[in-house]
Amino acid sequence: MSFITVRNMGKRYESGGVPVDALNGVSLQVGQGEFLAVVGESGSGKSTLLSLLGGLDRPTEGSLEVDGLDVYSLRGEKLADFRSEYLGFVFQSFQLIPYLTTLENTMLPLAIAPMKNREKRAAGIHALRRVGLEDKIDRLPHQLSGGEQERAALARAIVNDPPVLLADEPTGNLDSKNGEAVMNLLKDLNREGITIVMVTHNLGYTRYASRTIKLQDGRIVPFTDDDSSCAVTFETERKTAEEGGDSSGAARIAVPVTAAVPVT
Amino acid sequence: MKLRNIALSNIKRRKAKISFLLAGLMVGVATVVALVTITITLNQDIEEKLDRFGANIVISPRTEGLSLAYGGISLGGVSYNVKEISSEEVARIDRIKNRKNIKVIAPKTLGVVAISSKSVLLAGIDVPRELEMKQWWQIEGRAPETDSEVLAGKVVAESLGLSPGSSIAIKGRELKVSGVIGATGSQDDEILFTSIATAQSLLGKEGLYSLVEVSALCRDCPVDEIVAQISAQIPGARVSAVQQVVKSKMQALDHLVKLTMGISAVVLFIGVLIVMVTMMGSIKERTREIGIFRAIGFRQGHIMKIILLEAVIVSFAAGVLGWIFGIGVAKVSLPLFAEGEAGAVALNLSLAVGAVLMAVLTGLLSSIYPAMKAVRMAPNEALRILY
Ligand SMILES: Nc1ncnc2c1ncn2[C@@H]1O[C@H](COP(=O)(O)OP(=O)(O)OP(=O)(O)O)[C@@H](O)[C@H]1O
Ligand SMILES: [Mg+2]
Repeated sequence: MSFITVRNMGKRYESGGVPVDALNGVSLQVGQGEFLAVVGESGSGKSTLLSLLGGLDRPTEGSLEVDGLDVYSLRGEKLADFRSEYLGFVFQSFQLIPYLTTLENTMLPLAIAPMKNREKRAAGIHALRRVGLEDKIDRLPHQLSGGEQERAALARAIVNDPPVLLADEPTGNLDSKNGEAVMNLLKDLNREGITIVMVTHNLGYTRYASRTIKLQDGRIVPFTDDDSSCAVTFETERKTAEEGGDSSGAARIAVPVTAAVPVT
Repeated sequence: MKLRNIALSNIKRRKAKISFLLAGLMVGVATVVALVTITITLNQDIEEKLDRFGANIVISPRTEGLSLAYGGISLGGVSYNVKEISSEEVARIDRIKNRKNIKVIAPKTLGVVAISSKSVLLAGIDVPRELEMKQWWQIEGRAPETDSEVLAGKVVAESLGLSPGSSIAIKGRELKVSGVIGATGSQDDEILFTSIATAQSLLGKEGLYSLVEVSALCRDCPVDEIVAQISAQIPGARVSAVQQVVKSKMQALDHLVKLTMGISAVVLFIGVLIVMVTMMGSIKERTREIGIFRAIGFRQGHIMKIILLEAVIVSFAAGVLGWIFGIGVAKVSLPLFAEGEAGAVALNLSLAVGAVLMAVLTGLLSSIYPAMKAVRMAPNEALRILY
């Protein structure tokens, strides 16, 4: 059964009078407990899709349903309440609050929860233990390594047990060792039942996902995950495409496959 | 962890930025407080001096006859058979609307008596009230305490050869000189003062007064109105005000007040501007942070609460410190403005409250607009901000 349903979603940005269709007619279903990876070239609309899944912006057209709730019919602060109740976010650039300690950053989503301080602290420490940061709870973000910051961000995302975790390139700033560690954490969380949608540039990490979709020019296109070596190919192609301005290069690896299930 | 903990952590851990904001607001508040305090203190100083001038309203009986002069003020013909003011009429002064502006009511019974074949002006006074009004009197000996004591003006004392302790006889009554007033340069030098009761009985004017001096000298006193009110209460008397001195002093003070207000307004305006710009900058800087708060599900109201709480805490502190600092500056610089006694600045409660309120209001007003703008942004947009 579908937990997240995206119908015909489009997002148009107006930048300097020129309209950019960052997303175009995207339809998608994610089942409860799924781990969905989203890949695609830079600028293909991955972050846009993720922020729309998280109610961080409003789509130009289409609709989003989460747990039977028509998200974009929510008015005013109800959208914030939806985020608070359903979602955990992890971003590539960590997005920790610089003047709060690891524990305080982790407890941040609970600041507006009707819980006792003691319970909040316990939940924060539990989440930090989950990501292996329990011995760094009083550090400020700038006193943590990149990997530790990412794990702190992950702890913050899961501290209030949200049903859905949205991650935008959670390993983007990490070396492969730290990256694998974060991926393993995500996999564990997914096994415990949290639904994950993760944007990644690293095709190697799609093997952690239960399903992978690919975006290209704001549309879902078929993706093949049969060969993890194509991760390298993809990265190389992407670089070539960016440098040479030849976007057709990356498209070559996109082979039709059944992984992506667009709904109509 | 509550919303307020977030605000407190920010203040605690971003001391440099917060101190800058705090200092800016504090200097503004301190300047205004110092200026206002100096003005208030000078004001009080002048008020006190004015009080020492003595009476500024004189009530005397209407008379058709000749007048005698008293202290340069025209009085009813005190030595002739004219109508006097009754004690009942004196009591009516208490009933006027502006009673609270009247500091001293000093009734007197005057008359001429013969002492060792010399004619002397005898004045019955309410001793404590008279002393309150005539604070410049320097008495050798002491003021009369009983009905059988007199206080002699310098000239009278010399002409009759009186000194503290000596006795005189008036109409066969033995009176003791309790003290002699040092030369005042006024009519007082030629008067023999005693209690009202004694004077009234010696002069045969029981329950009657020759004139009433009223001291209503204070800033903003509606002297004209007080005069009118007393006239209405005692229709049979002539009420006149001595105003010239007061008016010119008040005018000088008004100029000072206007100048202070002008400077204060300018300083305040600049201060508010600085705080606004700083606040706006600091909130803009935090746009991405606001995006994070939004992403994790904080409502706009939650974020406003954090930002405004910070603003209130910082500006409250700036207000209090600014007030203390301002009072300090006033204390140090007051001797430059006022001659004489330094150090005693006027501590005005409403100024303290006003200063803190002003600071808090400035802090709030200058953060509300940028904060509203930031929290209304799509969270997506806010997160994208680079700094
Ligand atoms: N606020 C905006 N204003 C104008 N154009 C935007 C805005 N945000 C995104 N875009 C455009 O929309 C398109 C999709 O952007 P998006 O950030 O979703 O790409 P992405 O797939 O996440 O790229 P990357 O892999 O580099 O993060 C891009 O062409 C981008 O320039
Ligand atoms: Mg992106």
